[in-house]
Amino acid sequence: MTAVVTKSETPADVAAASAPKVMLEACDIVKDLGSGAGKVRALKGVSLRLNAGELTLLMGPSGSGKTTLLSILGCILTPTAGTLTVAGRPATGLNAEALANLRRTNVGFIFQSYNLFPTLTAEENVRLVLDVRGERGSDAIVAAQRALHKVGLRHKLKSYPANLSGGEQQRVAVARSLVGSPSVILADEPTAALDSENGVAVMSLLSQIAKDRSRAVLAVTHDPRTVPYADRILRIEDGLIVGEERRAEGVETVHELARTRKRKANA
Amino acid sequence: MSLTLAFRNLFHDRVRLAVTLIGILFSIVLVAVQLGLYLGARGMIISMIDRADGDLWIMAYGTKNFEEAQPIRARERYVALSTPDVVSATPLVTAFTDWRKPTGGSTLVVVIGADAEDGGIAPWNVVEGDVSGLGARDAVMIDKTYLAELGVKGVGDTAQVGASRVRVAGLTEGIRSFTVTPFVFTTLNRARQLIDMPADNITYVLVKVRPGADVEKVREAIKAKLPGDNEILTRAEFRERSLGHWLFATGAGVALLGGAILGLIVGTVIVAQTLYSSTKDHLPEFATLRALGSSSGYINKVILMQAGLSALIGYGLGMTIALTIVYLSEHTALPIVMSPGLAALLLALTFVMCAVSALSAIGKVMRIDPAMVFNR
Repeated sequence: MTAVVTKSETPADVAAASAPKVMLEACDIVKDLGSGAGKVRALKGVSLRLNAGELTLLMGPSGSGKTTLLSILGCILTPTAGTLTVAGRPATGLNAEALANLRRTNVGFIFQSYNLFPTLTAEENVRLVLDVRGERGSDAIVAAQRALHKVGLRHKLKSYPANLSGGEQQRVAVARSLVGSPSVILADEPTAALDSENGVAVMSLLSQIAKDRSRAVLAVTHDPRTVPYADRILRIEDGLIVGEERRAEGVETVHELARTRKRKANA
Repeated sequence: MSLTLAFRNLFHDRVRLAVTLIGILFSIVLVAVQLGLYLGARGMIISMIDRADGDLWIMAYGTKNFEEAQPIRARERYVALSTPDVVSATPLVTAFTDWRKPTGGSTLVVVIGADAEDGGIAPWNVVEGDVSGLGARDAVMIDKTYLAELGVKGVGDTAQVGASRVRVAGLTEGIRSFTVTPFVFTTLNRARQLIDMPADNITYVLVKVRPGADVEKVREAIKAKLPGDNEILTRAEFRERSLGHWLFATGAGVALLGGAILGLIVGTVIVAQTLYSSTKDHLPEFATLRALGSSSGYINKVILMQAGLSALIGYGLGMTIALTIVYLSEHTALPIVMSPGLAALLLALTFVMCAVSALSAIGKVMRIDPAMVFNR
C-alpha cells in the first residue's frame, strides 16, 4: 500500500506513521546464570524489537538461550545488563512486584505444557487472569467467554483441563493470554506438545491474533511447521541473535504448505 | 476466583483434606475439653464465694480456699457488727468431715452451715424440697450429682455424719465441688454439731457493707479491732486466692491449660504439614499465577483462604464433637463448660492456628521462581 503525502505532512511524518509500532524493545541484553566457577553467560548482548501486528518466531538449537531470552522479555527474569521496554514502559531495575504488575498489564503467556489449573474450568482458567488484575463480576465472565469463543471453544466453557484434548488445552491457554488484551504475547514452544493438526490450528490462531495492530506476538520454537505462519524469524545461537528474516523471503506460505499437504495426501 | 481456587485446591485431594480436618478437629476437641474443664473447675471453685452475700470475709489467717478453713472465734462477728458502715455480719461454718453411707462405707463431704434467715449463704438451684426445710430436725440438702456417691436415693433418706444422723430434706442441681467432695448444706448449729466444732467457733464471718461505703475503710476499721490471727479479704481477693490455690498451687489448672496449649501445638503442626505439602503440590500452579502477573498478596490470599476454609470446616466438625462431650459431661462431677465466649475464643484460636500453619506454605511460595513455568 502506498502512503499519500498531504501538504501538511513531510515524507518523514508519513514514514513514521506507517512504521510498525514497537511493542517491546530489548537492547544489549546480557544474562549470566549461576555463580562462581559455574557461571554461564546465557545471553551475550541481544537486541530486538517486537512490532505490533507481527508474529515473530525465535528459533535456535537447544541451549542457545531461547527460553532465557523469553523469560527476560516476559519480565520474569531480570537481565544482568541491558535495557528492556515493554509497551513503552521501562522494565529494567524494577523489583519483583513491579515486574509482576508489568506482566499483569502488558504480557500474555502461552506455555509449552499449557499450565492450566486442573481444578478450574476452561472459563475459570481464562477468567483467572482478569481476577488477578482485579477485574471481577459479570464483565469478566463475558470477557472470558468471548476469548474462548474466539479460539473456537464456545462449547467447552465448563470443561476441566482433564476433559480437554491437548489442542483444546492449548487453545484455552491462547484464550487466557488474549483475555487481558496484552501488548505482547509470548509463547514458549506452543506446538511442541501437539500433534500436527492441533499444531497447525494453534499456529493459525496465533497468526490471526498477531494481525491485531495493537499487539506483538513472539513464539519460541524449533518446530519447522510453525515457520509458514511467521512474519519474521529471529535466529539465536549461543546467546546471540545471528539472523533475521522475513517469511516472504523464500519460505512457503501457509497456503502453499496446505496445497503441498493436499497434494501429498492425494498422491 | 481466589476463593474458588482455594476451595478447589483444598477439595482436589480429599485424603489430604481429611488429614487436615482431623488435625484441626483433634486440636479443637482437645482445647475445648481442656479449657471447658478449666472453666468448669473455675466455676466450681468460686461458686460458693460468688453466691455468699458478703463484701468482706473474715477468716483465719492463711486460709487458702473456701473448703479448707480453720475455725475462728464466733465473737469476731460482733466486732464486725460494731464497726460503722457494716450492715450485717453472718457467721458461716465449713469443714471436711465423713459421711457414712446407709449402704455401708463412708465418703468425705464438705459441710456448709449457715442460717437461711441470716442471708449469708443458702443452697440454690433447689429441685426438690425447700431451703426452709433445713430448719427441720437432722435436715441437710445435697446435690443430685452426688446421690450415688453418698449412698442415698433422694429426699427422706438418712445417713450419718460424725456422730449424728442426717436426713436428706432437699436436693439441688449443679452445685458441685472442684475437689469432687459433695457439699452438704445445713444450719449453723447443726453444722457445728456434725463436725464437732465448739459453739463459740465459726469458720467465716460474711460482712455486708452499707451500699456506697468505702469497703477498704471498713476493712481497715474491722482489722484494727481483730486479733492478728485473723485476716479480712474482699470477695474478689478470696476468689483469686481460692483460684490460685486450686488451679495453680496444686497444678491442676496448669495441667488443663498445658493440655490446651499442647492441643494447639499439635493441631498447628498437623495443619502446617498438610497445608505445606498441599502448597508444594500446587507449586507449579502458583508459579503460573506469578508468571501471569499475580501479586504476592493475591497468592498469599489463596493460601490463607485455603487455611481459613480448613479452619471453618474443622471448627464446625470439632465443635460438634466438643458440644457432644459437653452435653455428656453435664451431669457428671466434672462438668465441661462451653460458653459463647469460649466458642468464640476457639474459633479465633482455630483461625490463628491455621494462619500460623499457612506461614510455612507462604514462605515456600514466596521463594518460588516464576521461570519454572518454562521448565514444566
